[in-house]
Amino acid sequence: MEVAEGLTRILRAQGDGRGDLIAILQEVQAEFGYLPKEAMLGVAKFLQIPESLVYSVATFYNQFRITPLGRRPIKVCMGTACHLSGGELVLEAVQRELDVDLGGLTSDGEFSLDRVACIGCCAIAPAMVIGDAVYPKMTPWKVVEVLTTIKSEIQEANKGD
Amino acid sequence: MTFEQIKSRAVSQWKSLYHGEVPNILIGTATCGRAAGALAVVEAFREELRRQNAEANITQVGCMGLCYAEPLVVIIKPDSFRVCYGKVTPEVVSRLVEGYILGDDPCLELALGAVEGGDGEAVYIPELLRFERERRLLLRHCGYVNPEDINHYIASGGYAGLVKALRMPQGEVIEEVKRSGLRGRGGAGFPTGEKWQVCRNALVEPKYVICNADEGDPGAFMDRVILESDPHEVLEGMLIGGYALGASQGYIYIRAEYPLAIERLGIALKQAEELGFLGDNILGSGFNFHIRLALGAGAFVSGEETALMQAIEGKRSVPRPRPPYPAEAGLWDKPTVINNVKTLAYIPLIINCGADWFSAMGTERSKGTAVFALAGKLVNTGLAEVPMGTTLRELIFDIGGGVPEGKALKAVQIGGPSGGCLPESLLDTPVDFDSLIEVGVMMGSGGMIVMDEDNCMVDTARFFLDFIQKESCGKCTLCRLGTKQMLDILEGIAAGKGRIEDIDLLFELAEDIKMGSLCNLGKTAPNPVLTTIRYFRDEYEAHIREKRCPALVCKELTAYYILPEKCDRACEHCILACSPKAITSNEKGIKVIDQSKCTKCGTCLEMCPSEYSAVIKLSPISLLPPSEASSPKEAGG
Repeated sequence: MEVAEGLTRILRAQGDGRGDLIAILQEVQAEFGYLPKEAMLGVAKFLQIPESLVYSVATFYNQFRITPLGRRPIKVCMGTACHLSGGELVLEAVQRELDVDLGGLTSDGEFSLDRVACIGCCAIAPAMVIGDAVYPKMTPWKVVEVLTTIKSEIQEANKGD
Repeated sequence: MTFEQIKSRAVSQWKSLYHGEVPNILIGTATCGRAAGALAVVEAFREELRRQNAEANITQVGCMGLCYAEPLVVIIKPDSFRVCYGKVTPEVVSRLVEGYILGDDPCLELALGAVEGGDGEAVYIPELLRFERERRLLLRHCGYVNPEDINHYIASGGYAGLVKALRMPQGEVIEEVKRSGLRGRGGAGFPTGEKWQVCRNALVEPKYVICNADEGDPGAFMDRVILESDPHEVLEGMLIGGYALGASQGYIYIRAEYPLAIERLGIALKQAEELGFLGDNILGSGFNFHIRLALGAGAFVSGEETALMQAIEGKRSVPRPRPPYPAEAGLWDKPTVINNVKTLAYIPLIINCGADWFSAMGTERSKGTAVFALAGKLVNTGLAEVPMGTTLRELIFDIGGGVPEGKALKAVQIGGPSGGCLPESLLDTPVDFDSLIEVGVMMGSGGMIVMDEDNCMVDTARFFLDFIQKESCGKCTLCRLGTKQMLDILEGIAAGKGRIEDIDLLFELAEDIKMGSLCNLGKTAPNPVLTTIRYFRDEYEAHIREKRCPALVCKELTAYYILPEKCDRACEHCILACSPKAITSNEKGIKVIDQSKCTKCGTCLEMCPSEYSAVIKLSPISLLPPSEASSPKEAGG
């Protein structure tokens, strides 16, 4: 099993104290893009703590997700500066353009959509992040342009396969 | 190696790079620079130097705080002016290489000004008015030194404070911090020296030092910039704190949302260890100190000190009652000092230059400088560091350059979700801990957001409450449920369903939430609502009595309308751009919005060519002509 293998590799490099739980979950998420149920169970066993404790920590923090991430995760910043300059409209435009819910995944698994509290790029608000790239000063129309470009790139790449 | 040997090696390396025969090109590649395209500029310089066969070094630096002008480039040439260029694109790079790297033309049309200072002095650009108002202590090297090379920090005077502290008795270090009058920069403003004294007096071992880099306020990014641009000043502050308190372990709790800051901190820790500033027997003094990074997993409440320690212990970050204070019983119940990034970064300067030097700056009860992140409707967004006591007006107009597009300033938001909104009439309030509390806001960590006539105060209050309500950890009933009730009321008002007695109800709930919450997240949660009602009551009343949003923001009270007399028959920009296909052309070629399909995204307004400017916003919706007013779609929450 893929999850079991990855998990064994991660746990080998980690401490087994109760205090290591968050760091371990962060590693697991870095590996799989989310926290698979199987991995959470494995972590509980490894740290010898109740499974419910792992789940309670995993669901408390915004960073963790228990559903898979898209290949191109989209984060729309909802910090103060972004809100004041139209962040909500940007978020709605992404939802409309990709037909995806907040926290959801497009049917082809390509894009997932989340809101973040602030990425600290307030000077270029409203900001949107796709993968590692930060897109400054977004508007609903720029969202359409950016996503159209990326979608056609994906199509091109798929043709090549 | 002794410190003197390390320093002389660092200085000679610095001199060969910053004062050598070959030009040195500094490019700001902090997060804001990268978002503006700085990495492409780095690439373009490499390419262009090769193509034009020019010799120069490229040094990636942090952020000078002029975020509005990113990507920022400084060219240092032997025996010439050091020139700073703003908004550099790959297209102008060949011109810069040809003009100023190879030739003697400083390309003034692209320049912001000449760079002065450096070599341990604060960097400034005399051509920019803002530097007359600023007093840069923490930002003195930001955007000028390479944050990934410890030698740049050492050559600029770094780690001298640690060396000096290690020769002082521990108690004297704490006395110096106390005498400086330094107050914590995380927001509450507790005297740092006193906190340290309590921890030092505690008899339990071991002790811990924690750097709080969980900069969670939406709208604040000072700590990120400092960590990305000059991380060693924070490490040095932690080391001095560890020495004074008798601690040997430190933690930096930093948000996972700051990947570049984490990466640069990791490099800084490794380099400090290699040179013997970190680890066992530091610089032969017998003092041991280790620092670990703990990555925050994203919870605003983690910034609260007792909650933060829970997170480091691997638990849900839920605050607990104080006392006992962390300085007596903190991380794993051991005495712990938690200080904000900026608080710690002041420490090396205070030890190095003395408490008297520090306390000569600022006001009677707030010493030193304040670092603000300026964002929102401002011409010059970015960071600023000013002496405490500077007025909001100076910050916003002299440094921030005022509101763009000639619009009127409506409010300034200070202190994030715990702070509040001040009106134009209070702009002469000096910035210090106590003056801000007097007018109903608080310093917070230093986020400052300017709002203009296009921002709605009801919507702003709703935004902050929505944030707090989502981030409440749920422990205290009134914070968990009270904020939800306040939010429901505000959403009602924003949707035109408010009652005038709702305003009193909001006051009542606010008092209860303040009384019934354990930590400052809850205690300060009503501030944005209270200050907006206090200073902008007329806007609340317009929403309630007239179903009108004066700033044309609240969707349920606003409609888009195309003025038939301005619409051009041959133009179809809005039709093509409207994704819900709500716009059609009538028999005369005039565009009409089907209000039942309109999602109020504003794209038609954005796309309508400026020579027509035919799309307008209306509020209340009853202003729409009867032909269109049929069934305006209720935009869902």
